[in-house]
Amino acid sequence: MLVVTAPLELVLHVRVYPRWRRLLVAVTPEFVVFVTWVLYAIHEGHWDYSPVYTTGVRLPGGIPVEEVLFFLVVPLASVLALEAVRKVTGWDAGYPAEEADAPGRAGR
Amino acid sequence: MSYSALAVTAVVVVLVLDLAVYRTRMVTRKAYWTAYAIIVFFQLLMNGVLTGLGVVTYEPTTIWGPRIAYAPVEDLLFGWAMVTLTLASWAAVNRRANTARRRGLDTDTRPSSTR
Repeated sequence: MLVVTAPLELVLHVRVYPRWRRLLVAVTPEFVVFVTWVLYAIHEGHWDYSPVYTTGVRLPGGIPVEEVLFFLVVPLASVLALEAVRKVTGWDAGYPAEEADAPGRAGR
Repeated sequence: MSYSALAVTAVVVVLVLDLAVYRTRMVTRKAYWTAYAIIVFFQLLMNGVLTGLGVVTYEPTTIWGPRIAYAPVEDLLFGWAMVTLTLASWAAVNRRANTARRRGLDTDTRPSSTR
């Protein structure tokens, strides 16, 4: 993940990783809501995971470790996508771009 | 609640959050929809692999039935709610942080000394 997204930081300067504290705060509601959803779905039998195609490591509630990682990797990729679009097009995303991008000031 | 009912509920809740609670209005923005188009392309690709191979299987009684790229259409609602909740939160966090900083920069005293 870090390797394939590195060009977005190094070439486009999306400045997502330097704002890691904001990233953690932003991902928290999504993580809590969707992990809860999955635990309920597993409990209710809405879906099931193949024992062959997963590592078999299950966390409490029967949630595969891959599924937990999914709820961290997808939001990270989504934020990177939005910041990349914002950077390339200059379109407004609802918050002041110039201050979010100011070097040395991000992430506080 | 069925997967279908949960998926529809999630979309409504996220819309209310984005438009009325955070007031980030991501769903009205071109930048957001362009990013979503990129994300949904890869979602369909991954859904095709995960459901096509049978990594994840769905209980037929909890879904409507129609599928896109092997996965139930509910997955699109699930994914949309997940991505939109994340991006609206991201916008809200950045807006708040930037506004606080702007206020700090506008005053003569340093922000840390006014607490």
